[in-house]
Amino acid sequence: MGNPREIYQQVILEHNKKPRNFGKIDDCTHQAEGHNPLCGDQLHLTLIVKDEVIQDIQFEGHGCAIDVSSASLMTTAVKGKKVEEALKLIHGFRALVRGEWSLSKHGELGKLVVFEGVKDLPVRVKCAVLPWATLQSALNGSSIASTE
Amino acid sequence: MNYQVSEIRKDFPLLDKSFHDKPLHYLDSAVSGQMPLSVIERIRQYEMHEHTNVHRGVSTLSQEATDHFEAARTNVAKFLNTASSKEIVWTRGTTESINLVAQTWGRQNIKQGDEICLTEMEHHANIVPWQMLAESVGASLKIIPVDDRGELCLEELSKVLSPKTKLLALTHVSNVLGTINPIKQIISMAKQQIPSLTVLVDGAQAVAHIPVDVRDLDVDFYVFSGHKLSGPTGIGILYGREALLEAMPPWHGGGNMILSVSWNKTTYMASPGKFEAGTPPIAAAIGLGEAINYLSKLDFKEVHAHEQKLLKRASEGLKKIPGLRILGESSEKVSVISFVVEGVHPHDLGTLLDHEGIVIRAGHHCAQPLMERYKVPATTRASLAYYNNEADVDALIESTRKSVEMFHG
Repeated sequence: MGNPREIYQQVILEHNKKPRNFGKIDDCTHQAEGHNPLCGDQLHLTLIVKDEVIQDIQFEGHGCAIDVSSASLMTTAVKGKKVEEALKLIHGFRALVRGEWSLSKHGELGKLVVFEGVKDLPVRVKCAVLPWATLQSALNGSSIASTE
Repeated sequence: MNYQVSEIRKDFPLLDKSFHDKPLHYLDSAVSGQMPLSVIERIRQYEMHEHTNVHRGVSTLSQEATDHFEAARTNVAKFLNTASSKEIVWTRGTTESINLVAQTWGRQNIKQGDEICLTEMEHHANIVPWQMLAESVGASLKIIPVDDRGELCLEELSKVLSPKTKLLALTHVSNVLGTINPIKQIISMAKQQIPSLTVLVDGAQAVAHIPVDVRDLDVDFYVFSGHKLSGPTGIGILYGREALLEAMPPWHGGGNMILSVSWNKTTYMASPGKFEAGTPPIAAAIGLGEAINYLSKLDFKEVHAHEQKLLKRASEGLKKIPGLRILGESSEKVSVISFVVEGVHPHDLGTLLDHEGIVIRAGHHCAQPLMERYKVPATTRASLAYYNNEADVDALIESTRKSVEMFHG
């Protein structure tokens, strides 16, 4: 296992301190609740999707730094993207934190690669994945996601 | 003081281990107490030389296994100072003990409109079984609040209790706050107000730290798990007053718990037998008996003084860390410290401490209503036992300080 101090890179710590797109969209078109029952982490995602494009996305809730920074970076990554592209990113991110990611198969992940080290912390993978699983539920029209 | 913790540590093989190339600091005994070698060896001896079933047939092997199994029950009875070993029922643990009482005594005695009194500091094990019962019979739950220091608001007790209250179920020691509740005083006050009241005490977090005398406490049911007492997992205790146990219907049906079975009528054994359907965890029961033997060789006063010294050292050291706040500052507490740090989630801290070989618990500790009370999603908890030493405490303080610095940057 890698040293977790290396995983908590500056970008993760910074997004944890100042999460982007934190809040709630009242007139959202899509939304979902994410739960991590073992930790008690909770996340509420609200989105505006128009013409198959994520026009806006916000999240609120509480969780650890990995969960919060993952949600924050996710919202910045998918905002303005087509739903189809977002679904591809979800797939790529899951592969990344499970140690199965490859550039040729899953494509570019940009800043999200800071989460690669999470693969060495098996008990924390679900923290990083929670926002993405919640996004997937919201886009699929189901309103609840759980990591268990 | 002649309490030699270095000698005691030699009895615990796991304390010698390393994790991530660092010496292990096990500060998670409230989750599960480590077993001394004598307990591990006793279980091994049973499995190698004595293994069979109990209460079966005429073989010498079975008779001897039964003798060991029942001797362990007697050990538990002495440990709790019960009137008779018949008052000790083997279960799988605290959770099962409480469910047993809820589904037998509870269903028989708690009816529509009745009230069950709990406290705000209960573990889910002493909440959910009562919620399930209350929902199914139409009873309601009443809660004794906790103050900011982590003590029960005893001035509320008389207001929370009513003539409809059938049961008071409360913890002896809080698994989050470490608070030792003045159980004897509470029971006496409650029973003075409602003489017919039945009281169940969850002793899971108490038994490893304070002597328990069920007759002195005047408690009706007392429950705990073997593995919190340096015994194995999968074995637990339900103490019940003999008259109460006798009046209760059986719970699980099957072999072992009957006198005779026919298509027309089945008759049951007297307690505790009628509550012990099927083959029990024999090795675990014998192991728990051995754990009690081990602990009874220690001087409780010395253990207490040692744990309190470590508690003080840990509390004072942690408090110096900027943004750190301890939850639970009762004047009477066991060596359990929960804390939160501004801007640092307990799970992140838990991961960082784990890498330093420090085992703690991070989370809601199966006490979500209490987390809600203090408006925190989770806490970090270090729980110290009689085999911990100052090096354990110092490692906790130093690693927490380093981790918090990284986050506060």
